[in-house]
Amino acid sequence: MTATSTGVPVRRARRRYGRWVLPLWGWAVIAWLSLPIIVMIVFGFNDTTGKFNIRWQGFTLHWYRDLFDISDLTTALVNSIEIAAITTVAATILGTFLGVALGRYRFRGSGSVTLLLFANIAAPEVVLGAALLSMFLTLGVPRGFWTITIAHIMFSLSYVAVTVRARMAGMDQSLEEAGRDLGAGPVATFFRITLPGILPGVLSGALLAFALSIDDYIITSFNAGNTITFPLWVYGASRVGVPPQVNVMGTIIFLFGVLAAMTGAITSRRRRA
Amino acid sequence: MTTLAPEPPAPAPLAVQQAARRPRPAWLGKLTPYWLVLPGWLWLAIFFVIPVVVMLSVSTMTGDIASGFKQTFRFSNYSDAWSAYHVQFVRSLVYGGIATGLCLLLGYPVAFWIAFRGGAHKSSLLFLILLPFFVSFVIRTQSWNFILSDNGMVVSRLRDWGWVGQNFHILQTPAAVIGGLTYNFIPFMILPIYVALERIDLSLLEAAADLYASRTLAFLRIVFPLSIPGVFAGVLLTFVPVSSDYVNASILGGSTGTTMIGNIIQTQYFTNLNYPAAAALSFILMAILLVGVFIYARLLGTDEVLEAATR
Repeated sequence: MTATSTGVPVRRARRRYGRWVLPLWGWAVIAWLSLPIIVMIVFGFNDTTGKFNIRWQGFTLHWYRDLFDISDLTTALVNSIEIAAITTVAATILGTFLGVALGRYRFRGSGSVTLLLFANIAAPEVVLGAALLSMFLTLGVPRGFWTITIAHIMFSLSYVAVTVRARMAGMDQSLEEAGRDLGAGPVATFFRITLPGILPGVLSGALLAFALSIDDYIITSFNAGNTITFPLWVYGASRVGVPPQVNVMGTIIFLFGVLAAMTGAITSRRRRA
Repeated sequence: MTTLAPEPPAPAPLAVQQAARRPRPAWLGKLTPYWLVLPGWLWLAIFFVIPVVVMLSVSTMTGDIASGFKQTFRFSNYSDAWSAYHVQFVRSLVYGGIATGLCLLLGYPVAFWIAFRGGAHKSSLLFLILLPFFVSFVIRTQSWNFILSDNGMVVSRLRDWGWVGQNFHILQTPAAVIGGLTYNFIPFMILPIYVALERIDLSLLEAAADLYASRTLAFLRIVFPLSIPGVFAGVLLTFVPVSSDYVNASILGGSTGTTMIGNIIQTQYFTNLNYPAAAALSFILMAILLVGVFIYARLLGTDEVLEAATR
């Protein structure tokens, strides 16, 4: 009797306490995560004159107008976009095949292929970059645009493969059997049944490959030679002061990424429904 | 005779017809997964596995950049590298450990909040956690440099208010580097824990409540144990990149006191041009981290990490 009459209020009080502590904690972490992003966006509108874009000096849009005034930076951005585009296509194709094979078939060696993907994802970036550089140095391959692209395809195809594998595992295999029973060949089955079924997985894998590629600094820095990508340029500039154009480009990439992800989320939700 | 002659070939067209309707013979069907795996597997073999082997071989070479490097199986490259840079190795692991611990402490409640209190907004909240990934890693880190710099918004305010001394600074301290690492990698901790928590059958909690378990007890006995695979996956996904990172150390850290092993490997390759030493260092780093990773994979399997890595 006494136990219940004292137990209830205590429990209720704790619940009330938990009701605001957890959300507060969560929103505080979200605020902390967004702070640098907000700073980046806001200081793209800063009317700064010096090289150091540190103090707020008034609102301006002219960094948006002069976005491409720094030719090295523009070249770097173009390189990054080209590399990311090639990487996305190649990694998506290679990764989708891998994912389909791992998600659909039981075959000898599938365990070791999964382990290879796991090692590729879990390996430290420095080691991936350094190992590839060791090979290029040993073979005397000049580093540049294509070595960066090769490296990017190498580290992003595993992510695509795993994404597609997960989607494949959730797909109804009887659809493919039905297609085959109705006389569809293996190629037709793949393109008319399998591919549409796993398309959301393929698309999110492609988005992931693009994001990983355009953002990569560490592996790129090892295999870039004299080619500069957007992250490499920003890193180099961080010692002397980052011009507001970087904030503007960062903002545009950010908005593009957010839009792409939201479109992806909406279309995949519609597909699932 | 002549009337019977056409008869035996008659089944043949039928067999041909059947063969044609069948997509491919069984042995070809068995090979399908291998054809699918082959291109990606080759790419990984040529640009991931072979390079690691090449790096292993470079690590025991001697020579210099001018006269070229020769394979002499000098294994003391490893002990030389370790004795020259064990400080940075230990520092990387310590920073990695602290940042991973902070990610867990800060991230677990967030994952819990989204999984159990997120309601209809779960995916929106997760999206907010992932927002930093839409900004380039280098820009994010640079942005912290800018926020925390001596004449930036935080430090100069604190100095003006007299809360800290005039020579107080945040940048170039271990705290700045560890803070940056925690910031950059915390989503990798939150996601797998969220995935594990989200999977928990809520009826287990109802059962616990029916059996008069307090909320704390239910958490300790049911929720936390069931989230352990997610915690392990999160620890793995943060500890490995955090302890091998060098971007935070060079943008937020000082010139010597906060150098991590990634910085050393980079300098050995590009400034000192001492490829064997760089390769040996990379290999020690990989050995330390991958041994942990593979013990993890043996014990807990790869699914949690692979699933979390692609969310």
